Formats: sequence, structure tokens, C-alpha cells
Amino acid sequence: MSIQTQFTGSTSLKVTPFHKRTSVLNHSQEWRRWSGYLSATTYDLTHDVEYYSIRTKAALLDITPLHKYIIKGSDAGIFLDRLVTRNIKVCKIGQVMYTPWCDEDGKQIDDGTVQHLSENRFRLTSAEPNMEWLTHNAAGLEVDISEDSEVTASLALQGPSSRAILNEVADENIDQLKFFWLTERWIGDIPVTISRTGYTGDLGYELWTPKENALTLWDRLMEAGAPFGITPTGLHALDMARIEASLILLDVDYISAQHAAIDLRKSSPFELGLGWTVKLKKKDFIGRTALENDHRRGTEWQLRGIEIEWEPLETLYRKIGLPPQLPGMAWRTSTPLYSGNEQVGYATSGCWSPLLKKYIALAHLKTEYAKEGTPVQFEVKVEHFRKTTSARVVKTPFYNPERKRTCP
Amino acid sequence: MPVDRKYDAIVIGGGHNGLTTAAYLARDGKKVLLLERRHVLGGAAVTEEIFPGFKFSVCSYVVSLLKPNIIRDLQLSRFGLELVPLESTFTPLEGDYLIRCADNDLTRQELYRHSPNDAEAYNKFGQTMSQIGMAVRPILNTMAPDPTKLGFSGARTLMDLGRHFRSLGSDKFEQLAKLMTMSSADFLDEWFEFEPLKATMSASGIIGTFMGPKSPGSAYVMLHHYMGEIDGVFRAWGFQRGGTGAVSMAIARSAEHFGATIMTEADVSKIITRNGHATGVALENGDEFEAQVVVSGLDPKRTFLNLVDASDLPEDFIQSVKNFRIRGSSGKVNLALDGLPDFTCLPGDGPHLSGAISISPDFDYIEKAYDDAKHGSFSKRPYIDIVLPSVLDPDMSPPGKHVMSCFVQYAPYDITGGWDDSKREAFGDTVVNALARFAPNIKDIILHRQVLTPWDIENTFGLTEGNIFHGELALQQLFFLRPVVKWADYRTPVRKLYQCGSGTHPGGGITGAPGEMAAKKILKEWR
Repeated sequence: MSIQTQFTGSTSLKVTPFHKRTSVLNHSQEWRRWSGYLSATTYDLTHDVEYYSIRTKAALLDITPLHKYIIKGSDAGIFLDRLVTRNIKVCKIGQVMYTPWCDEDGKQIDDGTVQHLSENRFRLTSAEPNMEWLTHNAAGLEVDISEDSEVTASLALQGPSSRAILNEVADENIDQLKFFWLTERWIGDIPVTISRTGYTGDLGYELWTPKENALTLWDRLMEAGAPFGITPTGLHALDMARIEASLILLDVDYISAQHAAIDLRKSSPFELGLGWTVKLKKKDFIGRTALENDHRRGTEWQLRGIEIEWEPLETLYRKIGLPPQLPGMAWRTSTPLYSGNEQVGYATSGCWSPLLKKYIALAHLKTEYAKEGTPVQFEVKVEHFRKTTSARVVKTPFYNPERKRTCP
Repeated sequence: MPVDRKYDAIVIGGGHNGLTTAAYLARDGKKVLLLERRHVLGGAAVTEEIFPGFKFSVCSYVVSLLKPNIIRDLQLSRFGLELVPLESTFTPLEGDYLIRCADNDLTRQELYRHSPNDAEAYNKFGQTMSQIGMAVRPILNTMAPDPTKLGFSGARTLMDLGRHFRSLGSDKFEQLAKLMTMSSADFLDEWFEFEPLKATMSASGIIGTFMGPKSPGSAYVMLHHYMGEIDGVFRAWGFQRGGTGAVSMAIARSAEHFGATIMTEADVSKIITRNGHATGVALENGDEFEAQVVVSGLDPKRTFLNLVDASDLPEDFIQSVKNFRIRGSSGKVNLALDGLPDFTCLPGDGPHLSGAISISPDFDYIEKAYDDAKHGSFSKRPYIDIVLPSVLDPDMSPPGKHVMSCFVQYAPYDITGGWDDSKREAFGDTVVNALARFAPNIKDIILHRQVLTPWDIENTFGLTEGNIFHGELALQQLFFLRPVVKWADYRTPVRKLYQCGSGTHPGGGITGAPGEMAAKKILKEWR
């Protein structure tokens, strides 16, 4: 039925070490830029299968373009603890922490994970390049920071079957690997760091290995994963899953303080629903004073989940003789939210959740409108005309399956 | 074992509709007891490990119309509901095939290969059907208006519907009128020319009914299936992770979350009445439970001819229930497979195995299958609707192995001489042979075979005559006629006794609609 093609057009963008495989599998030939790399948006002609594989089988994603840094040296822990808002001193070897980091004004620069790989050795992942910021803040400390993005290939294996697949290929079972912990395993003769992390809010793992091993690892996973329904998955599906999981995305849901043109565009972690990551008991870290103020005084804005109600939306469309036109994939256009005639916020990304049968979005709301259950009006274009339809503030994550955290 | 003997409401039958009613009542704060005869919940929407390591959606095998508002109201995703769309419909033929899939371009190219006319007509057909579906669908979401007793609210509902119908415009209205009266074969002949396409599409007009594609009225049944809705996309069939039983379990967990008590292996033998009011139920083992309201999720014949004392019902009502057509016409063959079926016309693995596979090469094939049934035997060459759930959900079988669900029509309940073990096996062989005609390797990879005749479906699942819809989806027993005229609003001649099963409006399939609307009616009348 399908014609086997290989993407042969030339590109000045970088390709990941998995490109030899992904380019052949990408039937849609749709790619998106990700940190200067070519990244598949959807392998299949439609992204549904990939979306459902995240939730019901196992999705395999090439996440190599993620920025990665190796931070080592006797002060590595101290350095990271000063850099980020979480308490890295309590991050044990083998543990992973999700954390934002801020500038001196407590405005968020980026967010990512800190992996405590071994004694005095960490990996930091980030959405944007952070080398300069890291180096700048390491002055005077016994730390060595190196760019890991070009050295390490990484894959995400996400979905309910992901554990079973890794158990098939790894030298030792990973049943007891807990949520946000990592372990070293051999897959065949390849050393792989496996962290129980991901960007889908589901049971899932991320795999890190020297890039020379990339193709062998891919092949081994695809082969062993076939009976478990392993599915190469692109960014369209991931974007829906991360919204269901209410995981924010830099440059979509917030702008890095590093390159926000105006102050108004900057956000504190307290405004992004990340207050829980700000450990004010820590003596000193970048942005602490400002963040303490935020904490004490409260912030003007809050990032929240909203649900756009079905019946009013259906009524709007029925009036013109159409069934509700739902977004087939995640959108990232800033969309106004009103209370009466006043604009009280804006949604930054949203999607129809096929799993929840709900139209959901992540939104910035003025604090007085951010309480769970608060009704707001969501702007929607119905056949070219702007209308508003009822939405309300709901608890996040929208989707949070038990299996994400449990061990068998 | 609950010690309580008194409840606000008792629901008889733990099928997905009974569970839905229980969940809605409990959600409203009522103290609810649900009683299920079997050891497992789900009724016909049940997953069972029939063969070690292989999970079968034993009866009902796909989900199309489960109402999204029920999913939201009962928070079913939180309790394990995960619907995956079937990706394609594949019709194997001798030396060729027809496949329709999620991608419009691919489907169009494929249809064009067979008939440029059909490629063109296909989208227009889909659009027309979905617009008609949109106009008719409000009926599914409201009490069926009963023109025989036009009160104020009934009149208003009818007027609302009238408005919907008018919004269709005359050409669509013409199509609707045709759908209401024609056979699916005649209706599809007006649109398409490629036989395998028409035959496959017509199949949804015969499922669960004792009609052939050339029987008048079958077109409407086809529309009924078109009104399935997943994410606003009409006619999208879905598959539940963990099998259809997992749909029932999600609803059951939701009901329990809202406080309902669920008892299995509790076989209700009698609905207790006093002065024409239902007051409780008695179990086979002698236990009795009291309630202000009793709701039956069983089919109308079971409810009114077995559980209710005839003296509590008007004679004409009993007669109408007896006349309600509930002839079983289908069987089910579930296979545990050592690998994937290999179709001669499209060898190997591929997307054609991750959707529905339809053995429906042409109208004559299906109509002849019907002819066999008319004359009292199972079809020698049956229509088969196949899915391989394990392709979409690896948990259904051990890695590399598969489960195959074959819905088979026709297998008449009233088979000459009655069903017995040898007929059941012969029926199973017939189905396997019909498959082997297109996928010859099937015989070598069968590890286990479960065959369900209409008699088995009746005995095991309590569906009278083995009818999967609690009564055929034929126009004369739909809407305000389902199951009995004047009693299509979930009430019954026995006060405080309600019904909530597929035998009520809007009918069968895993929709939850009867269960939801029954609960809403009960809550409205609660005092």
C-alpha cells in the first residue's frame, strides 16, 4: 500500500542520529524545526494513531533536539542548587527533578529536568540554549559544563506498554524504577540511561545514550516493541498529550525572561503554576528575593486549565447548521478570555482531547478569575465571526492516569 | 455483601445501560443498589479471559455511539475509559480488495481505482448523511416525542424536531424520507456503483436485525449507525482499550465513586409490587431488597414476561410486549490466534488489520446469507464483521499473538431443529471456512475458538432470543414505539418501575443513551 521513500532533499538544518530511520518512516514527510534540527511532526498521514499510541500502546519519539548539558565537578550540586528553584541538595543520585530557573528578578528563563547521574555529575535539559547563562553563573565554582546535545542521542518511549518493551530489551527488569528516577541499563551491548520521565503525563521513559549507538537502540526498540504496538510518534501527537498533562511549553505558554522584549512578557514561576517548585527555604538561589516577594504578595496572573463547555459550543454551531468544528490538533494561538466585557486572560494552547471528550486549554488568568470553577468566556471564531462561548477554570492536569506513578 | 436492605433505587442488570442509570442516580445523591446475575459486570459489553492470556470482548465488540456527555458527566476517562478509533474498513475480495481509511486522500485514491464515480460521490454521501444525522440526532438525546399523546412538552419537542428537519433543505429531506422507507441496497444503489463498497456499507443496515440488505427499512438502521459520533466526527467506530468490558467497568467504577453499591451473582427472580407500585425485588436465593424505585436494564420480554406478575400489567401491554420483535440473527466467533491472518489479496501486516475487516463482497452474498436464515439455517457463506483488538491494544493477548472477534450474520435463533453442540461446531467451521477463503492461513493459527450461537447469547447473557439490541432496530419499534407505544419514556404500567435497557429509546449499541435518559426521567419524577 505504501511507497517506501527516503527523504533526500537537502537541508541546512541539522538532522539527528536517528534520521536514517525516521526519514524512511515519515510517510507524511512533514517536519518541523526544533532547536535547529529537523523533527517529524507526524509519521502517519494523520496524527491520530500516534496520539492514541501514547495513551494506549507505546510511542517512540526522537527527542535528541532537546538541549542537554553535562554539569560535573565538586561544586556541581551547589551550582545547580543556586541556579534552579528546586532543592537540588536533596536530589539523590539516580533521582530526577523537574525545575524552572529564573533571572535575578525571579522571572522564569526556562524549565527542564536535573538528572543526578552520579557523584558530582548531573545532566540538565532545557528548551532553549542556556550555555551562556550557565557559564556566567558558574564563575568561581569548581564546575565543568559541557554541551551534551551533540554527544547524546535521546528517545522518549511513552505509553502504557513502554515498561514491558524496556523489560524485553534491557539486561535487567525496570519494574521498580520509580517516577522521576533514573537507572543505567544495558540494551544489548549499549549502555543506556533510562529515566522515568517524559512530556506526556503517562507511564513513560526517556532513554539517553552516546549518539554512536542511536541506530542500534532504535532498531532494538522497534523490533522488540512491535508486538507491543510501538509507534514512531511526531510532535503533533506530543503536543496534544502534553496539554492533557498540563505541561507548559516555552515560547508558547510563556516567554523566556532572557529574550522577552518587554517586562510584561516575563513570568514568575508563581504565575505559571510552578509555585510548588520554588523552595524558599533554600538560603540562596537566583531570583530568591523577588520570588519571596511574589510568594508573599501573590501574583497578578495565574496559569490554569480551562474547559470549554460542550453544549454552548454545540449550540453556536448548530445555529449555522454545522456540527461543532473541533480543532484536529493542538493550537497555540493566544485566545482572549472574558468575564462580561472585560478581558481577564488569554489561553495560550489548547486542543480537543479525544480521550476526555473535552475541549481544553491552558490559560493565563488574572488571579481573581483563577479559582477553580470560575466561569469565563472563551473567544471562538464560528464561520469567520468572533463569538464567545462558556468555559470554566478546572483542576489540572486534565488527564493524570495512575499508571504514570505506580510500579507493578 | 451489603447488609442494607433498603435503597432509594434498585437497578436490575449490570449491563452498560444499567450501570449508567445507577451512576447517574448515585451522582444525584440517591442510595443505589445494582444487581447483576453473572459474576462479571457489563452484560453484553463484557471482557472475559476465555483462553489463558487472551481477552475477548465476548459479545459487543466496538463502540460507536457512547455519548460524549456521559463520558464527561460520569468522568469515565478518570475511571479507565480509553476509546481508540478503528483506523480503516477493509473488504477483502477475490484477487483484489477495498480499503477505506482515516486519510481522505488515500480513501479517495482507493475508491477511484474501483470507480471514479464512487470516489466523487463518497464525500458528498458522507456530508449528506452527517447532516441528516445531525437533524435526527436530537431525537437520540431527548425523550421520544409521542404523537399519540400530545401534551404540551411533547408538542414542543416535536416542533423542535420539525425545525431541525426543515433546516435540512428539500434535497436532504428527500434523502431522509428515502432512508426511512427504502432498503439499504436500493438507497446505496442511488449513490454508488462499486458492489463491494455498497455491500460493505449496507452491512450496517442489517446488524442485529432480521433483515437483508434488500429488505425495506434497512436503510434507516444504516443511518442509526451513522449517528455514531466520536469527537464530532460522524460514523467513527472506536475500540475500547481492555475490550468493551472496560467501558462497563469504567461506568461501574464511576457509579461506585458516586456511592452506588454493586452486587454480582445476584439473580433477581421477581419484582415485588404492592397496589400497583414496585417496592423492591426478590433474588433467586430468597433475599429481598426494598426500594422506592426499581429500574430494569433487562430486555422488555425478560422484564415484563418474567419478572413482573402478569396481574400487575394491562392485557394489551402484555400483548404488545409479546409482539415486540426480538429475533436473534447473529452469532459470534472469537478466536485466539498464534499470529496475524494473512490475506491473499493484501498479504502481510499493515493498516488494513487495524480496523474493521468486512466479509461482504457484494449484495448477493449478503442477501443469500439472509435467505439461508429465512429458511431456518445459519448462512453457509455468512457476512462477517471482524476486528483484531490486539492490534490496537497489545494487552488483549500475549505479545505477537492476537485475538480476533468475528460478528457473524446470519445465525437465526429459530434454527430448524434447534441449536445443539454439533450445529454450534458446524457454524464455527463455516465461519472459519468463510475467513479461510480470503485468509487461508487462518486455520493454522487458531489456538482457541469460542462460538456463540443466539441460544448461547440468550443463556449466558440473558438477551432474549440472542438479540444484541434487546429488540430489533426496525422503524416500527423505534422512537415512541420502543418498546411499546405510550411506554417509550422509560416508565412502565407498574408505578415506580422503570426500564433503562437497549429495548428502550433510542435503542441498542454501546451508547449509554437509554441508561442516561432513564435516569433523568426517574430523577425528574422523583418525589
